[in-house]
Amino acid sequence: MAKGDGYISAKESRRISRENRKITSQMEKIKNRKHVDPSEYETKMKNPDNILEIDNLHTFFFTDIGTVKSVNGVSFDVPKGKTVGVVGESGCGKSVTSLSIMQLVQRPQGQIVEGSIRFAGEQRCIDIAKATTSVMQEIRGKEISMIFQEPMTSLNPVFRIGMQLNEVLELHHPEMTKEQMKARTLEMLELVGIANSEGVYKMYPHELSGGMRQRVMIAMALCCDPSLIIADEPTTALDVTIQAQILDLLRGLKNKINSSIMLITHDLGVIAEMADYVVVMYAGKVVEKGTAEEIFANPMHPYTLGLLASKPVVNKKVDRLYSIPGKVPNPVNMPDYCYFKDRCEMCVEKCSGQYPEMVKVSDTHYVSCYRYYDEGGVK
Amino acid sequence: MAKITIENDFTPIVHDDKNILEVNKLKKYFPIKDGLFQSTVGYVRAVDGITFNIERGTTMGLVGESGCGKSTAGRTILRLLEKTGGQVLFNGKEVHDLDKKEMKELRTKMQIIFQDPYSSLSPRLPIHEIIGEAVREHNLVPKNEYNEYIDTIMHNCGLQPYHKDRYPHEFSGGQRQRICIARALALNPQFVVCDEPVSALDVSIQAQIINLLKDLQSKYHLTYLFISHDLSVVEHISDTIGVMYLGDLVEFGKKEDIFANPLHPYTQALFSAIPIPDPTVKMNRVILEGNIPSPANPPKGCKFHTRCKYCKKGVCDVERPHMKDMGDGHTVVCHLYDK
Repeated sequence: MAKGDGYISAKESRRISRENRKITSQMEKIKNRKHVDPSEYETKMKNPDNILEIDNLHTFFFTDIGTVKSVNGVSFDVPKGKTVGVVGESGCGKSVTSLSIMQLVQRPQGQIVEGSIRFAGEQRCIDIAKATTSVMQEIRGKEISMIFQEPMTSLNPVFRIGMQLNEVLELHHPEMTKEQMKARTLEMLELVGIANSEGVYKMYPHELSGGMRQRVMIAMALCCDPSLIIADEPTTALDVTIQAQILDLLRGLKNKINSSIMLITHDLGVIAEMADYVVVMYAGKVVEKGTAEEIFANPMHPYTLGLLASKPVVNKKVDRLYSIPGKVPNPVNMPDYCYFKDRCEMCVEKCSGQYPEMVKVSDTHYVSCYRYYDEGGVK
Repeated sequence: MAKITIENDFTPIVHDDKNILEVNKLKKYFPIKDGLFQSTVGYVRAVDGITFNIERGTTMGLVGESGCGKSTAGRTILRLLEKTGGQVLFNGKEVHDLDKKEMKELRTKMQIIFQDPYSSLSPRLPIHEIIGEAVREHNLVPKNEYNEYIDTIMHNCGLQPYHKDRYPHEFSGGQRQRICIARALALNPQFVVCDEPVSALDVSIQAQIINLLKDLQSKYHLTYLFISHDLSVVEHISDTIGVMYLGDLVEFGKKEDIFANPLHPYTQALFSAIPIPDPTVKMNRVILEGNIPSPANPPKGCKFHTRCKYCKKGVCDVERPHMKDMGDGHTVVCHLYDK
């Protein structure tokens, strides 16, 4: 069989698997230590206005057919009180980035191998990439919380809604009494626009519709007043009218509780509506980032251009939609030149060289493409 | 317990030759069974009297929230489900009155493309078998031309000849949807129901599939019924649009009319909910309160009145509105336009 097709012999697979076990068990040992000096994971933010700084993050999956570089050198910041939208097709690593921030990547195969995720907590600043499991358990759900894509599968079907919400408070606020917890839970349910909060408190997830379940998920994420909310495709499974309700709710909440949102989606319409900053990802790398106005008014990377052109827009007439030719390269066997070169229609000579570095277009707008090397003035 | 009766009152329509499909007051109810003897205690009114026509060579888009009965409508038209009432005329013939032999003949003329390309392909059949199975069953081409025929179909749908002996798991989502399209087109149909064909795909793959469907339409002079919840896709591909809410077709008309001048309050809310990829556009959005009611127990009168902000007390919650023609084939079912 030809190499690169994804077919490998059983012997080869066993060899890779053995090596992987060596690498991952070493990493697991470091993660699971009980007594760790705080100096190991405490750091300082580069810019005090940011709540989260992701710097050169690499998250790899050590599978039996080779190492999948899901996140391969991603850097971006989430400023305090702002919404950052991460957009890209399926398999581009946007979900893995968010799971890395929560340290929820499937272990032991999935590991953060390089880079840092600096998070400005309430008392101290922590590098999540180096934090141990016990430190993470304090942060997760309290200071950073996550809203998952499918509200159908992320609620436990055998527990009542009230109990599932109380559980979060029980873990992070052990000093609260049962009555206080219930009061807080009801308050949260009302905050997310559930009118019949007493009734919903006693219900099971199957008694609620998709939109209501997503509201419960949001309430659960907000229970402990997190300073960062990661919303991983919060509206993908919902209808447009319900989506409008949920987006409206998220926007209102952001102003009320003054936290930052990292919104992950593949829908450019949702991004345009919600985000202050946009990060475009392709094959595990950030290809373009900037403010929402910059990205939508002046998209520069050929992939961003293609993505914008391939979505039909209401009241804008086109005879034929643009479609990006080819397909995403094999994640096990990435080329050493620009990952988008094989699908790009605007290639220049330099493109067959090494992967292009980020070029600064303006203070906030960066693009990783050789076409802008002279204009940008970086190289 | 009172016996539940299904009303079935409709005036039969006369076939017009420019229409390939005429649907008149089509109803599909699913019985709810309960109790020891599984007696019918009620009905889920999935499709509750919809009326529309599709002209030859055009595309009709059917939009609505999930659970509004758009997929059930598509399947009942193809007689994958038996109707409860009303008429479905395909080329002037009632589809649901045909016998087994006539139905088999008709099956080649009407095809369907399903939503999920992952579960609608048999994992144990190679691609040429998936595409060619029905061709052989219906004896569409002589045996010696069979292989060539499959090759041409695959080529037209953007598949390579060496894909023939592969199995579905070896393909990506976009390619699988191409296989589904090839399977439908291999029978040389006149009418294809596309049941959310691009919902499960990425944006860039979506564009490829939509372009392919458009190319094939002009090549084979196909008629589509395009079911989708994505309004921007429907706007791009359709000539006429029907908007469904809880089993009712609340608005129907030409694409230009509907998008420029949505009449029904539900259509207005639905259209204003579409996110537009331009941060400078700030739109005043009509946000619908609450959820879609249960089709087993729909509200009395106009089904939308529980969520409608123009609801007139004493009219909308009592009397069921009738279909009104607002000119140029643009129809709306709403009390607001009563004279």
